[in-house]
Amino acid sequence: MATCKYDWPEAGGRELVGKRIDRIDGPEKASGRAKYTYDTHRPGLLIAKLLTCPYAHAKIKSIDISPAQSLPGVKAVLVIQDAGSEIQWAGDEIVAVAAVNEDIAEDARRRIKVEYEQLPHLVREEDLERAQANGRTKPAGEETVGDPNKAFQDPDVVISKGFYGIPVITHCCLEAHGNVAEWTDAKTLKTWSSTQNVSGLPGQIGAGLRRQKVNVDDSNIETVCQYIGGGFGSKVFSRPWGIVAAQLAKMAGKPVKLMLDRDAELEIAGARPSAFAKISVAAKKDGTLAAWDSESWGTGGVGPAGHPPLPYVLQPPNTHWKHTMVAANIGPSRAWRAPNHPQGCLLTMGALDDLAAKLEMDPVEFLMKNVHLAPKLLTKIYSEELQKAAELAEWKKNWHPRGDKTPGHTKRGMGVSLHTWGGRGHTSTCNVIVRPDGSVTVRLGSQDLGTGTRTVIAISVAETFGLPVEAVKVEIGDSKYPPDGASGGSTTVGGVSASTRRGAVDALGELFAAVAPSLGVPPDQLEAHLGLIRVKGDASKSLTWKQACSKLGVKTIQTTGRNPGPCHLNDSGVGGVQIADVSVDTETGQVKVNRMVAAQDCGLIIDLKTAESQVYGALIMGICYSLFEEKIMDETLGQMLNPNMEFYKLAGIGDIGELVVHMMTGPGYDERGVIGLGEPPVISPGAAISNAVANAIGVRVPTLPLTPDRVLAALDKGGLA
Amino acid sequence: MEAFEYASPHTTESALKLLGGRWGETEILAGGTDLISAMKDRVTTPKRVVNLKKIKGLKRIEYSAHSGLRMGALVTIQDLLDNKVAREHYPALAQAADGIRGEQMRHMGTVGGELLQRPRCWYFRNGYGLLAQYQGKSLVPDGQNRYHAILGNSGPAYFVNASSLAPILIALGGKARLHGPEGEREVELRKFYTTPMKEEDREYVLKPNEILTEILVPPDKGGKMAVYEVREKTALDWPLVAASVVLHLSGGTVRSARVVLGHVAPVPWPVPEAGQALEGKAVTEEIADQAGKAAVSKATPLSQNGYKVRLAHIAVKRAILSAVKGEA
Amino acid sequence: MRRKKDRPRKTASEKPSLTRRDFLKGAGVTVSGGLLGKSIVADAAQPESKNEIVGPGAVPVTLRVNGKVHKLNIEPRVTLLDALRDRLDITGSKKVCDRATCGACTMLMDRKPVYGCTVLAIEAEGHEITTIEGLAADDKLTPVMAAFVNHDAQQCGFCTPGFVMACTAFLERNPNPSLEDIEKGLGGNLCRCGTYWGVRHAVLQAAREMKGGSHGNV
Repeated sequence: MATCKYDWPEAGGRELVGKRIDRIDGPEKASGRAKYTYDTHRPGLLIAKLLTCPYAHAKIKSIDISPAQSLPGVKAVLVIQDAGSEIQWAGDEIVAVAAVNEDIAEDARRRIKVEYEQLPHLVREEDLERAQANGRTKPAGEETVGDPNKAFQDPDVVISKGFYGIPVITHCCLEAHGNVAEWTDAKTLKTWSSTQNVSGLPGQIGAGLRRQKVNVDDSNIETVCQYIGGGFGSKVFSRPWGIVAAQLAKMAGKPVKLMLDRDAELEIAGARPSAFAKISVAAKKDGTLAAWDSESWGTGGVGPAGHPPLPYVLQPPNTHWKHTMVAANIGPSRAWRAPNHPQGCLLTMGALDDLAAKLEMDPVEFLMKNVHLAPKLLTKIYSEELQKAAELAEWKKNWHPRGDKTPGHTKRGMGVSLHTWGGRGHTSTCNVIVRPDGSVTVRLGSQDLGTGTRTVIAISVAETFGLPVEAVKVEIGDSKYPPDGASGGSTTVGGVSASTRRGAVDALGELFAAVAPSLGVPPDQLEAHLGLIRVKGDASKSLTWKQACSKLGVKTIQTTGRNPGPCHLNDSGVGGVQIADVSVDTETGQVKVNRMVAAQDCGLIIDLKTAESQVYGALIMGICYSLFEEKIMDETLGQMLNPNMEFYKLAGIGDIGELVVHMMTGPGYDERGVIGLGEPPVISPGAAISNAVANAIGVRVPTLPLTPDRVLAALDKGGLA
Repeated sequence: MEAFEYASPHTTESALKLLGGRWGETEILAGGTDLISAMKDRVTTPKRVVNLKKIKGLKRIEYSAHSGLRMGALVTIQDLLDNKVAREHYPALAQAADGIRGEQMRHMGTVGGELLQRPRCWYFRNGYGLLAQYQGKSLVPDGQNRYHAILGNSGPAYFVNASSLAPILIALGGKARLHGPEGEREVELRKFYTTPMKEEDREYVLKPNEILTEILVPPDKGGKMAVYEVREKTALDWPLVAASVVLHLSGGTVRSARVVLGHVAPVPWPVPEAGQALEGKAVTEEIADQAGKAAVSKATPLSQNGYKVRLAHIAVKRAILSAVKGEA
Repeated sequence: MRRKKDRPRKTASEKPSLTRRDFLKGAGVTVSGGLLGKSIVADAAQPESKNEIVGPGAVPVTLRVNGKVHKLNIEPRVTLLDALRDRLDITGSKKVCDRATCGACTMLMDRKPVYGCTVLAIEAEGHEITTIEGLAADDKLTPVMAAFVNHDAQQCGFCTPGFVMACTAFLERNPNPSLEDIEKGLGGNLCRCGTYWGVRHAVLQAAREMKGGSHGNV
């Protein structure tokens, strides 16, 4: 392949790309100096609180805000939804109050009187027949490929039937959703927002304000987010509370901070749709998949929500799926890291694992046998990853047919799963600035969710310029910078690495042009390497970076880099394989993860250290939702019972076992260019752990999380009790 | 949190004068992790908070062979864990304290506060009261009751006592010393906890104008003891069930056995049935299992918490075996 | 949930408006027990000293934070975490669960780790408070912070200051921790991004480096 001028350097020519490099904002975060939205202070800042609806379904009869307004210290009270509005979930915002401090805002909120007429609700959806009887279901798609009926009737196939499920979970961002809004003059708004979408937010806030009859031009709104305490997909869009802070600030003539309380954060700021399915799957006796049939349902609130792709990744020749959406009165769904995939993965890989057990086949061999049913690109990747993961997990030594037959009540099991994701780089624009003193700035309206975006940008530019990472000043997190895409769907690293590479290559070209006369060669004979601008093939002719930049005289180089753009810098479509090694106490039902192994591809890796961190983090997040997490709703009250971090359980440092991460790199991977990594590794843990538990105890625990009650219930139905 | 008056007296006597005669009017502040959280959740809205931390006499911990262990109510969990004498004589007490995670909770949490902590029941914490009432009936039996009581749950209370220390202290024959306006009294811990029958009741015999000042544990005479907790998380999390066991053996057979369950009933739940199953017998796995079964023979699980019956059975069995092996 | 906040409870009664107005006027009156004590808690005996009871209005509170003395005028209900964050703009300690569960607000009180969300600011008078800002001078890093960077024991970073504080206090008590010690001792901090793997390694590295070395300013 002919080289293209923006191409990433060849393997031998990379000084930084692909190495383990510390995240550049690590010291700011580790020292507590990093300022988040929640930490923002402004002169005269007011604190706002939301009064929300206690009922899952109700009509507002009346609202009296006067007792709140009359409380000294209260500066603005805003009715968000007025009498007559129909409320569809507990926690929906009704009134907002801004006061001189949080305690007074809280006192004021409690003085507001709202009368409701309660309406019938449904908040628990796992029982589909009950939801149907309540008229709460709606078809959400059905598809048939081939002739599944016939395929299931083939006398030569082995059929496995089962029920699988994964409940609604929440995002539980540690930094609650919210923002600070300040009108710097009558027409100009500045917000400090906890957002995954710095460049996109002003437009959203502007539209929201105009709907509320607050006249403002998008161009007069600036959004800032230097640090964000978690998003995971839930902070891409501005929600009503984002608009409300600006409205209150307008009313009060003072800056307003509105951060959700922890209970609201868990009730309304994010939910991953549930998925339950009755699945039949058939294979020939040699293990080749023949047919799939699934009837699935789930909820993501009262509105439409995504549904799992079924069957996931591996497509037998004959398939039928049908999905039903349940309209439940819970806070609306938001994109949760790899939307729809963890659900699709658990349902599919669980069903395939049960089929492999029925066939008495080793599940790794079973998947190997069927990877040809994956999209062509992935077949080879999966084969390599299955091999690698099996080797790292010592699969051959540790795996046994279903049901650990060793004596004692601790049973060990191994489970495997595979997943995929797109992750093509998003639209990105950046400025690369090189000044005559040699300083380098790269500027773009992106944001770093903790994935290492700043570091990746610095590496991309530093690699191009032959400079150390510290030489590049990265400016992100402000909507006044060149627009960049939202950080969602693993699109950021692919986008920003490519735009900054292009911007930096162009800037270097301009620098070469300025320097070439002094080195007596045409610009195309120059290269940047280890802090020098030198003549290719003649190391004696060189200038230091600083000397070279001084040749610019009074001129500052500023280029604009874009993605998409010329040359193949990024791609889409990754594969990953994970293996879980667990122990189950069959007397108590406790599941302990001994070890998780992940083999993951993401094309060309920019920073191996932060890439590995994404996978470690995803495994841990996966352990959380496999073993602990569940949005627990009470049907009588229509309320979430665990909107706190005691009962909305997240794993602690002792709950994670040993983690092994292997990034697939080198030939076959690197030349694909950069592909996003945020989503894929969080997809498989549920299936891998569930399969490992089934392998240990000899029976499927149908639904996550794998808590003692569920494990013991499954053992009671069969297995090794 | 509602606004409140605050006082931080230096003596128990002056603290007593600050307390009201009705629950909820005044609250006593010790470690604060439970009280301040409960006040934020408006589970309690005291008009006055009386901080005991400045009362030096409540932080003593001492042991004598004659009278046993005396722990001031404000001894922290960490103080208890750090006390070598306490660990040596009551290893299972240290074991129970070790289940309280992590360092912050151990440094803040006090023995008195641990024993008086309010139930974790999510209906209670979400504002439906100790009896979880809604429209005249309890939300628990037909609701989400996976963590609720399996014993002593004939109503109206269905929550579980959340203390990790109470069961082992009861098994050890511990007493609570209470100071009130009329002077001091001692109450055996096994009689200290009560199941509330009315919403206004509390979960213990302590009166609103009394202060729990000390815990007394009689000297241990060669007992073998252990605590076994079954939990979902190793991190900060309350156990699903816990069993505390104190055994006295002579010549390989059990002379006496006290078994107390935690997190299964509105009060710490002594199970003499389990003790009886052990007495006069040499402990084997089978005998321990029988004791475990006996411990839950009267269990009446709710719609979702049958699994806790099994867990309690297993916890008792394992605690007995662990005690005999001297693992605590 | 909504009920606890929105539904007036039987036990809750209106507070005397006097105190609220005093506060807002900036009067900051220290309300004596003699004035309000008896009227608020009907059944209590008279306190021994009239100065014993303060609040519910704002009262002067002096906090010593990272070696500096701060004088505040706040209600007794203000937590130490809120006082530091909202009144003093010391924001390294984060507000997350606000119920003594997640550890993001971990700070040191007389060198012991506490959850700042469940300590009243007024209780903290007379104690030495150390927040993450007080561990390292200028832009330096303590060995624990450096180990967090080195092992990438942070992603979004919102739990990190609390974790660093907990680790710092933990290592002071446990200079040679085993993995089990770490799992128990640091079981009071939660992370959502999933950085525990890095934290484990960071703690072990910091323990090695701190042996005989500097512990920062703690």
